[in-house]
Amino acid sequence: MKKITLRGRKVYGGSVEGEALVTKESLGGFGTFDLKTGIVIDFSHEWLGKSISGKILVFRTGRGSSAWTIAHQALRFTGRSPKAYLIKENNPQTALGAVVARIPSMTDFDQDPTKVISTGDWVKVDADKGIVEITRQ
Amino acid sequence: MVRLAQDEQDMLEGKEGPAKQKAMELLVKYAEALGAERFIDTNNVTIIPGSIPGTEIIQKVVPSLDADEIASKFLLDSDQTVVLDRVKAFTTTNATFRDQRYPEIQIGGKSFCDVLRKMVDYFKRVGIIHLATCTPYQVGNIPAKGEHCAWTESSAIAFCNSVIGAYTNIEGLHSSFASAITGKTPLWGMHLDENRLGKVIVDVEIDMEMIREWYLMGYYVGGELGLDVPIYTNIKRVPDLTRLMALCAAGISSGSIVKFHIVGITLEAPTIEIASGKRKNVRILKFGKKQREKAYGKLNHSNKDDVDIVVLGCPHYTLERMGTVARMLEGKKVHENTRLYVTTCHMIKSLADKMEFTETITKAGGLLLEDTCGLSLDADPSKVFASDSAKLVHYAPGSTGLKNTWFGTTEECIQAAITGKWRGELR
Repeated sequence: MKKITLRGRKVYGGSVEGEALVTKESLGGFGTFDLKTGIVIDFSHEWLGKSISGKILVFRTGRGSSAWTIAHQALRFTGRSPKAYLIKENNPQTALGAVVARIPSMTDFDQDPTKVISTGDWVKVDADKGIVEITRQ
Repeated sequence: MVRLAQDEQDMLEGKEGPAKQKAMELLVKYAEALGAERFIDTNNVTIIPGSIPGTEIIQKVVPSLDADEIASKFLLDSDQTVVLDRVKAFTTTNATFRDQRYPEIQIGGKSFCDVLRKMVDYFKRVGIIHLATCTPYQVGNIPAKGEHCAWTESSAIAFCNSVIGAYTNIEGLHSSFASAITGKTPLWGMHLDENRLGKVIVDVEIDMEMIREWYLMGYYVGGELGLDVPIYTNIKRVPDLTRLMALCAAGISSGSIVKFHIVGITLEAPTIEIASGKRKNVRILKFGKKQREKAYGKLNHSNKDDVDIVVLGCPHYTLERMGTVARMLEGKKVHENTRLYVTTCHMIKSLADKMEFTETITKAGGLLLEDTCGLSLDADPSKVFASDSAKLVHYAPGSTGLKNTWFGTTEECIQAAITGKWRGELR
């Protein structure tokens, strides 16, 4: 099994490990997923029908409605939060979203995380140390 | 690490009470997540509390539905309930409230209408002006050029930065509410002049007379860019309020465009050189017939031409559109199988009442709704939906479950409402 390490900057602290769900697209909030199940319902999104719950999400940036952070906070209340956000280009939606979702999150990587990480990879995130360790499955 | 001024440090230490302390704590975490170095004062905030999740989720977290506790947990992300005296900054509310007259046709029904009415009372108590609109600049919240704001509502943010020339990031409910309480926002992103410069030139090849084309241009370009600021060039016609609102709304629905320049038209773009900061090697994007068709195709996906629901007024309809629609409906009747809804805020509706636009729309069988949003309509997902707003059509599937959507001109939508059939086309 091949191991790859990415270095980046902490957006919100903590460490966690889990399975990656990756898109080169941006991620929305309001209208993107069902708040009670975490299943993506946005017809225009690559993740349509998939659950973001319990996954390490790897994506480009935040997009769409400014209700973004409300939707990502709500997943915490319904127990359907993802485990971490790995963000290629951090914006106010993803920054505040990480804070209110209260999950480990990183950005400003030495390589493009949406290219290096593939869906299904096992990923260890240590946001405080700024390290992501990827094990290809 | 973010550096704090004395007044910010005092708030963080709780010297000005627990509400300001919790607000400052959230802002510090947010500033660190952004990588901001310090805060700047703001006295113009808009918050989007109408978008809090439905009654079931709220009640799970706050069984008593107490307004102070809802505000603390859902608006301020504070586990501790704090009682706020008054907000510090001038603050107004956005849309996605409910039209309290028609709870049965909106998602969440009466119970959610009741929660939101309670929140409106709370906002009045803490000194927030209840504008209830996604277009605050239409009805009394117009910042000055260069003013530092903390705004929510995506299309209004693009309008604030691009058309008004004021400075705002795309704030969320939590950060904007904290800014309202403290009068502070992180000095980051759109608050810094160097980040407002254009990075991509969009060469516009088609005539931009129709409102529809402004939606399609924003929708196409939004889908192509990430966080870069586009510079639209070669637009020969000065757009009016409705057209600018369309461009703002579309570019941040398909993408993340919080600011754009239109050379020769918007305030920070007298020339390409000034708009781009003399940047060399800018990427060039074309908006011609092919690109327009691509955007149109993404928005129109219905296999039936029977139209069940027509919604106009996203962003909230202007007086100009309201008058135009009233004229189109004069002496006409909406088809028996079709519902026509027009949405705006209570201030514009009040003028529409006085001008008798409301009466004309109602006589024709349409319904003029205030303070709500087409995305709040409780619709059967099998129905066919049509709108003159690319933003509404973009969000309808995710928000309401509607899968069959048509996007076109206001005229095509009114025709669909009258005949019950979609006859729109891209000419």
